Amino acid sequence: MNLATLGRRVGLALAAPAMATAFAFSLAALVLIVSGSDPLVAFGEMLENGTRLETMVDTLNRATPLFLSGIAAAIGFRMNLFNIGVEGQYLMAAFFAAAAGGAVDLPPVLHVGLILVVAVTVGATYSGIAGVLKVTRGVNEVISTIMLNGIAVAGLLPFLVRALADDSGSANVPGTTEISESGRMPSLNGVVEIFTREIGKGRELSSVLLIAAAVGVLYHVFISRTRFGFDLRASGINPFAARVGGVPPQRMVLIAMLLSGAAAGLVGMFEVLSDKFKYDQSFVQGLGFGGIAVALLGRNHPIGIAIGAVLFGFLDASSGVLQVSGSASREIVVIIQGVILLAAVVAYEVVSRFREREEARMAALALQATPTTSNAGGAA
Amino acid sequence: MAPTDSPPAIELRGITKRFPGVVANDDVNLTVAEGEIHAIVGENGAGKSTLMKILYGMQPPDEGEMLVKGEPVRFSSPGDAIARGIGMVHQHFMLADNLTVLENIILGDEPRRRFGRIDFRAARTQLEVLNSAYGLDVDPNDLVETLEVGERQRVEIIKVLYRGARILILDEPTAVLVPQEVEELFRNMRELKEDGATILFIDHKLEEVLAIADTITVLRQGKTVATVDPNTVSAGDLAELMVGSELPSPETASTEVSTTPALRLEGVTVLDLDERPVVEDVSLTVHEGEIVGIAGVEGNGQGELVDAIVGVAETVTGTIELGNEDIGTWPVRRRRDGGIGYVPQDRHREGLLLTAPLWENAALGHQTKAPYARGPWIDRKGARNHTETIVDDFDVRTPSIDTCALALSGGNQQKLIIGRELTASPKVLIAAHPTRGIDVGAQAAVWDDIRRARGDGLATVLISADLDELIGLSDRIVVMFRGRIVAEVDPADVTPRDLGAYMTGAAL
Repeated sequence: MNLATLGRRVGLALAAPAMATAFAFSLAALVLIVSGSDPLVAFGEMLENGTRLETMVDTLNRATPLFLSGIAAAIGFRMNLFNIGVEGQYLMAAFFAAAAGGAVDLPPVLHVGLILVVAVTVGATYSGIAGVLKVTRGVNEVISTIMLNGIAVAGLLPFLVRALADDSGSANVPGTTEISESGRMPSLNGVVEIFTREIGKGRELSSVLLIAAAVGVLYHVFISRTRFGFDLRASGINPFAARVGGVPPQRMVLIAMLLSGAAAGLVGMFEVLSDKFKYDQSFVQGLGFGGIAVALLGRNHPIGIAIGAVLFGFLDASSGVLQVSGSASREIVVIIQGVILLAAVVAYEVVSRFREREEARMAALALQATPTTSNAGGAA
Repeated sequence: MAPTDSPPAIELRGITKRFPGVVANDDVNLTVAEGEIHAIVGENGAGKSTLMKILYGMQPPDEGEMLVKGEPVRFSSPGDAIARGIGMVHQHFMLADNLTVLENIILGDEPRRRFGRIDFRAARTQLEVLNSAYGLDVDPNDLVETLEVGERQRVEIIKVLYRGARILILDEPTAVLVPQEVEELFRNMRELKEDGATILFIDHKLEEVLAIADTITVLRQGKTVATVDPNTVSAGDLAELMVGSELPSPETASTEVSTTPALRLEGVTVLDLDERPVVEDVSLTVHEGEIVGIAGVEGNGQGELVDAIVGVAETVTGTIELGNEDIGTWPVRRRRDGGIGYVPQDRHREGLLLTAPLWENAALGHQTKAPYARGPWIDRKGARNHTETIVDDFDVRTPSIDTCALALSGGNQQKLIIGRELTASPKVLIAAHPTRGIDVGAQAAVWDDIRRARGDGLATVLISADLDELIGLSDRIVVMFRGRIVAEVDPADVTPRDLGAYMTGAAL
């Protein structure tokens, strides 16, 4: 592949999300005008606020769990499994990890390690239920994971939080015991401040970001460099061909589900290890669904997912100012996110059709350009 | 018939249709007289299907004009074509299996009573009229899923007639039929013609075309190269017109076969989901350097037998031995790694990852071994280099190995599959319909490859619906009928006709 075609490919890959984002902002501008706000003022405020150092820290802190959630969803997507259950999986994982972390006192690294292991295990176990149901009883994973979300969010977690609540503290929201210093991830402020001014307003850049980055790299290596990743992708593209190619379909479903759940288990770690240090009734929800959006936006590619997560994180973080200034409603951000997603899905389809046509054309040209000089079999 | 003064049923003048990078139809001129059976022949990729799609309004031509009964027409959908009395019977039947014949025929054009209820009585009457007029004998109350292939085709034809078509387009109607059914079809076609219908049909089996057609038009590379009278040409002449050069034929050169069994089946029975045997007590031994052909009408257990050997069939009893190892309980991967090469009958469904690049497609099925893998890692460099080798050695015409499989023509896709299987040094090759739907050039290449591998000692199980291919390539042919092996014949002294008799159970 020469440089020109590489550039062309990258250009094509970026065209769709860029178009989608531009379209989303124009539509949002229209909505703002209709509702009586000035879009230029609102976007200007968001941009100004969003480029402030503290807001950038916020953006990254919000992007971290979204990215992990996106990876979790992407693992499923790669295998054509719709794991809608990232939501329930990360909440269950966060609860048990926080409870375990709060219950023990261990040396620093071990303590964090334990919390992470518990989170990954619980996440995988909870998604594993859907996997086992699909493999043994043929239950569609969309249905089972939606149900499992319901069971976790509306049933198990409220019960568990109350049952295991630690009332010793001054907190008025029931939750698990706060994790002690040894079980917290350090802030990255020190590192960032080497290059920038001091980060103010009590903002701290969580080092869970590094875990997310590591997961991203692992995901990429796993998917595109290992035999197992090849099997997973093959099953996702064409399960029948993969099957006669020696890929056991049932086992792949189970493993993909477990891996997806394991990644989902890490989604809540920003809150548990760097923010709240416990699981309580106000624990952040909805990241599982955000992850699906981000995975779709990023086309299951780790860099794409990262860009999507940062974009969504930026929109969330920068829009806070709108509430204060009153120049627009901050819900405009939700509209933008929704439209980006919808437009991106459409744009991707358009681009991929264009690319298919292009490739077919090239193949047809190759067919004409090379009149057979030697018949393949003739050599025998 | 065919009065000279009435305008032709269909006339095409200078029809040109371009697709990205290819000209599918290039200045096609065609005149179909009223009330004749007109055959269009040409190899795969010659533009026959595109031409039919244009005639049936599925695709508009880029240039040229179309006249139906002397009037210029422009179709923007099949609906327009139907309104002009043109109907099409597709190669792949478009019937709803779980509905009755009658329901299928009226589907989409139901006679209505009040409140939108379907007037089955009117439909039945009309159907009976059609049936008796054309001698098409089908019971309207039968479920389509219970019908034989030939009957299904008749339902398709009636369906088209029911919509008032007087000009019928039949797309490779004989491809799915055994010789006896073909005769039945031809009888029907003649009766339709007697009643004044015009039939335009596509085929590439030349003997058949010569037997039935009143006029034959030959397409080559999108152009109409000749329109001939079947009484004045031979099959050889036609073939030369189609290919433009000498015709390849599938013939196995040498005859020596070793006595070492490579694949041995003993009493293999396969049950379907309803626990009914679809393959029953099949015993078969394939020796090194031997090609064993399996003949049979599709749906008589060949597919399930292949599944059993590859390891994807549901319930299998009996013994399957590869070399001298019993592989009956092995999972698919172990069998493939153990030396079973597989060319699936439907390359899109089981053979390829259509949206993945060629080099990944080359690795499929062999991703556990060098050169595609090193330990738990995919060896990208090794896989790519090896794919380049396959592309060169097996003449896969592609812009690059990063092109996705979807972009390649069927013949080139198939050459890639054959290449990846044969270069993985298999002990046994299961080749199911290896040349189905690919052009003559690719077909010859695939035959050459299989023959060459046989010379190197490969044992091959060849399943094919192309009886000439079976007879030409095989050292031995067994016939499957209703899940059993009912006959074994020597390809040296069997004719397609005899085989057909075994395949339909007529010779039993």
